[in-house]
Amino acid sequence: MISFLRRQGYLLEYSLASLARRPGKHLGLVLVYATLVFLLASTLLFTQSLRQESALVLAESPELIVQRLLAGRHDLIPASYLEQLGTIRGVGERYGRLWGYFYDPAVRANYTLMVPRAAPPAAGEVQLGAGVARARGLSPGDYLSLRSARGEPFSFRIAALLPADTELVSSDLMLLNAQDFRRFFDFPADRFTDIVLRVRNPVEVRKVAEKISLALPDTRPILREEILRTYDAVFGWRQGLVFVLLTGAMLAFVIFAWDRASGLSGEERREIGILKAIGWETGDVLRMKFWEGAALSLTAFLLGYLLAYVHVFHFAAVLFAPVLKGWAVLYPDFRPVPFVDGLQVATLFFFSVFPYTVATIIPIWRAAITDPDQVMR
Amino acid sequence: MIRLDAVSKVYNQGRHNEVWAVRDLRLELETRGITVLKGPSGSGKTSLLAMLGCLSRPSSGRIHLEGRLLSNLPERFMTQVRRSTFGFIFQRFNLIRGLTVLENVMLPAYPLAPDPGRLRDQALGLLRQFRLEERAHNKSEWLSGGEAQRTAICRALINDPAIIIADEPTANLDSQLSRELLTLIGELADQGKGILISSHDPLVFDHARVSRVVELRDGRLA
Amino acid sequence: MKTNLTTVPATQAPGRRSGLFLLTLGLGGLLFALTFVHAALASRAAAADIAQRRDLVAALDLTDLALFTEARYTRHPSQADMHSAFQDHPLALDHFPTGTLVPAPRPGLAAAQP
Repeated sequence: MISFLRRQGYLLEYSLASLARRPGKHLGLVLVYATLVFLLASTLLFTQSLRQESALVLAESPELIVQRLLAGRHDLIPASYLEQLGTIRGVGERYGRLWGYFYDPAVRANYTLMVPRAAPPAAGEVQLGAGVARARGLSPGDYLSLRSARGEPFSFRIAALLPADTELVSSDLMLLNAQDFRRFFDFPADRFTDIVLRVRNPVEVRKVAEKISLALPDTRPILREEILRTYDAVFGWRQGLVFVLLTGAMLAFVIFAWDRASGLSGEERREIGILKAIGWETGDVLRMKFWEGAALSLTAFLLGYLLAYVHVFHFAAVLFAPVLKGWAVLYPDFRPVPFVDGLQVATLFFFSVFPYTVATIIPIWRAAITDPDQVMR
Repeated sequence: MIRLDAVSKVYNQGRHNEVWAVRDLRLELETRGITVLKGPSGSGKTSLLAMLGCLSRPSSGRIHLEGRLLSNLPERFMTQVRRSTFGFIFQRFNLIRGLTVLENVMLPAYPLAPDPGRLRDQALGLLRQFRLEERAHNKSEWLSGGEAQRTAICRALINDPAIIIADEPTANLDSQLSRELLTLIGELADQGKGILISSHDPLVFDHARVSRVVELRDGRLA
Repeated sequence: MKTNLTTVPATQAPGRRSGLFLLTLGLGGLLFALTFVHAALASRAAAADIAQRRDLVAALDLTDLALFTEARYTRHPSQADMHSAFQDHPLALDHFPTGTLVPAPRPGLAAAQP
């Protein structure tokens, strides 16, 4: 056992000495390699964190939402539907939601105006999400003036801000009471934005949704599990998109690595011949090359992954912010929670370390099985 | 004792550039003392030397070393025999560039995985013996011809082989260095090493210490 | 000639380079392992924050993350009209960059089909 380890040590020593002969080239290779791992790992860690976060946080979103569709588009739902929904078996508590969007030209941002079910703000008062407050430079006690749907200026007093820790879900919110909401938007008195239902037996949600779409054919039920699935898909899709964008870079690297690894120079061939002539077995040469590939790719993987971890969880993925923000003015200020999926990291490890190592060994194998007497010719 | 039994070596067999390097050679070689394979270039000396040193296999025929059949051993065992029995000194030295002199000398021992400290001491001892200790940590490509040759000898000796094989060892040396080399080789013979040299240099095959000269021409005994 | 070329203990790596490299690699591996420890501890420590967000979601009946606020279908992808991002044509390029990141909900996900 000791002799085995020691032999690997000797072979590693030789690989490193051989890498050290062209420090610039191999350092460059490690850097390019590590950058690629960094980008992939950052995407992986970031999306995984958001995916997990949305799964945990949105687990409390409404079990069942009923939307009305008119000519294929979301429309306001009549209050009378509340009663009709009450006649469906299995439906428990139900109430209409009031919410909508407001585009604020002053800061060119979209707010989400919403009436909380419990403890609504007093008349003329609002609670603001941290993003809105930041964009308008407001703090509690200040007044926020907006133009209503009829063109009249409305002045709201900021009663409170929503907790900064909740920005990920509340950044663009503006909470107000129902009367203010209806007056501000000139919202019909007998309508709601949509209806939230509680189902008595959670197992029956799907059944209830089917009954609803039969009883009220112009509605669309949205299940909580669909919301969760949407988010899973959204982040899966985004991750996939980044990976597709990175394919070009990956291909370039594969070509580069293949060229470096497989293009055996005459010098390398001669070197293998010398090693075999002085008593190395083919296996020793292959193991030595394995160590060379492994040393390079392991270094690159560890470097790239560790930098990605720090980037995503300590610097809140700053490099991705421009892409994620897009045109959004109210981008939430949040730090991703480090949810790391071991299997994903293992996959990344496998796909970043394994191919390169194999690419280094295969051509060497072809060179190493030849007779060593070439060095004498 | 090395015995060759109808040994032939052919390159590119069956193709238009087929070359018979060695033809039907029958020969017995003493493993003690200094044996020189003499002949012009292309006479098959190097091919024969490669087969004797287990670097290549004969195309036909058999080679016995101390009664043991070498020519049909699988590669692994051939390597083991090569490693433990033979030390090689090549015409172009074949040191590995970018490695230090010390590392080059230790290389043949790497697959045997000896104790690192002992290996290092042994290599340094050899370098001292061949007046190379100053050069131990220099890169091998900075050496002069004579130093490179002596490094190659140290490398050939690191596994303490019974037989040293030298292919045209004086081809890249001037007369002065060639003589020095032969003195060193003579010393090795005194220590009981068997020496096999291929050469067409009169300095070598006319040397007083040489115990036997085998002359080759066109792959046959001349 | 330096004489400090003393014997290396048998357990040590056979050379300076490999020793240094293995040490570095071991350190990297340790840090790698530590990221998992850190992740486990930090996500546990974040439990209170997450609970706070979850409570807000429950209290306000929120359905979406406030990541992309520029358009309805990016602010509330789960509530948006089907294909609202693609009203002219399902493959039409969108006005907003995040529109390319957040697809319209797939029709297959809607439980509306009886």
